[in-house]
Amino acid sequence: MLLPRARGAISAEVFARLLQAPPGVGTVPMPPGWPDHFEDPLEDEDLQVTLWALYELHYKGFEDVEDEWEWDAGMLAVRRELERSFEAALRTLAEPHVRAVVGGKGDLADRLFDLTEAFEGPELSAYLQRTATREQTEEFLALRSIYHLKESDPQSWAIPRLQPAIKSRLVELQFDEYGGGRPERVHQALYATTLERAGLDPAYGAYIDDVPAIVLATNNAMSLFGLHRRLNGAAMGHLGAFEATSSLPCVRYAAGLRRLGFGDDAAFYFDEHVEADAVHEQLALRGICAALALDDPSQEADIVFGAVICLALDVRFAEQLLGAWDSDANLLGPEHDGVPVPA
Amino acid sequence: MSAAVRPDEPQVEVTLCPGGPMLLRGATHVIDDDGRRVPVERPVVALCRCDKSGRKPWCDGTHKLLPLEI
Repeated sequence: MLLPRARGAISAEVFARLLQAPPGVGTVPMPPGWPDHFEDPLEDEDLQVTLWALYELHYKGFEDVEDEWEWDAGMLAVRRELERSFEAALRTLAEPHVRAVVGGKGDLADRLFDLTEAFEGPELSAYLQRTATREQTEEFLALRSIYHLKESDPQSWAIPRLQPAIKSRLVELQFDEYGGGRPERVHQALYATTLERAGLDPAYGAYIDDVPAIVLATNNAMSLFGLHRRLNGAAMGHLGAFEATSSLPCVRYAAGLRRLGFGDDAAFYFDEHVEADAVHEQLALRGICAALALDDPSQEADIVFGAVICLALDVRFAEQLLGAWDSDANLLGPEHDGVPVPA
Repeated sequence: MSAAVRPDEPQVEVTLCPGGPMLLRGATHVIDDDGRRVPVERPVVALCRCDKSGRKPWCDGTHKLLPLEI
């Protein structure tokens, strides 16, 4: 589709601008203290928490922030600048893996399944199954709460942007994520029950001040992919890799929770994901990712990019968490908490 | 319109996933190995084809741990 014809002075000017290259960097002043460049955007707590909060304006927002900020042009410009640095770092991280998969032989779904199986990382799920203490398991549950309490929402942004055959597969998958018509089975609600049964705070965002940059980056990557139509392929690749690395770890997480006596209600979220994600990985990788690449081969590189980012950030998270536990430290804690914002 | 499926007409679709499970779309029950009538509780279910799942009749991803040729 091309731009419609202008119907007056305003549409004429706006459409004329849309036909130019976007102005890009430097058109809106950035906050004081803005660096020339971010050394390590993925580990930059300041960048990640800012980006997380700006994305949150598009989900539930904040009680103490006016809704109008969601579409404030200046604030969107700040978000865009942070995203540029963040996306560049993600591209650098993913590049070698993306190159190894894109344009390879065989069906893209098979290549993505192979990628998820070959991706090397520490065995966090095995540790939680057999070794983790109750406190460590609670820490893991709290760290994961930032995503699981908004589980599947970042992928829902992609729905209107897909062509009908692929859209129907994504909605079929999301319908299951959102409980299949049963509010009590919405995966977000199941996770809230898990938190509650583990004696943790099930409130949305309860642990946000205590999570490290890697947890924020993991969530921000999903919002980045979901909110940009340009990155639709990455959003679906991320979804595919996420689903394809879920069933087997969820068997172990559930076993770990039962070993520590958390009970069946607490483990149910993970039980549910064993069966659900054995279906979803097929839907996401075959019905969505491979179909999307077949429909538009230019999407393949971004699909693989999204999949690699899911796997690579998951490995970083596991390394940091197991690394902390190995030296009797924690990843969740008040050291990530910043300073109160003056009213 | 002649090819369209009437909305009240039950329709089950089977998809065989290479090296993976069988997807059933639109099924209401599955009769398992022991003759149990297991209700289907999600829009699409994955049935185990490797016979090694810990949650038969459903797939639990275990096929991915098996050697390629068995």
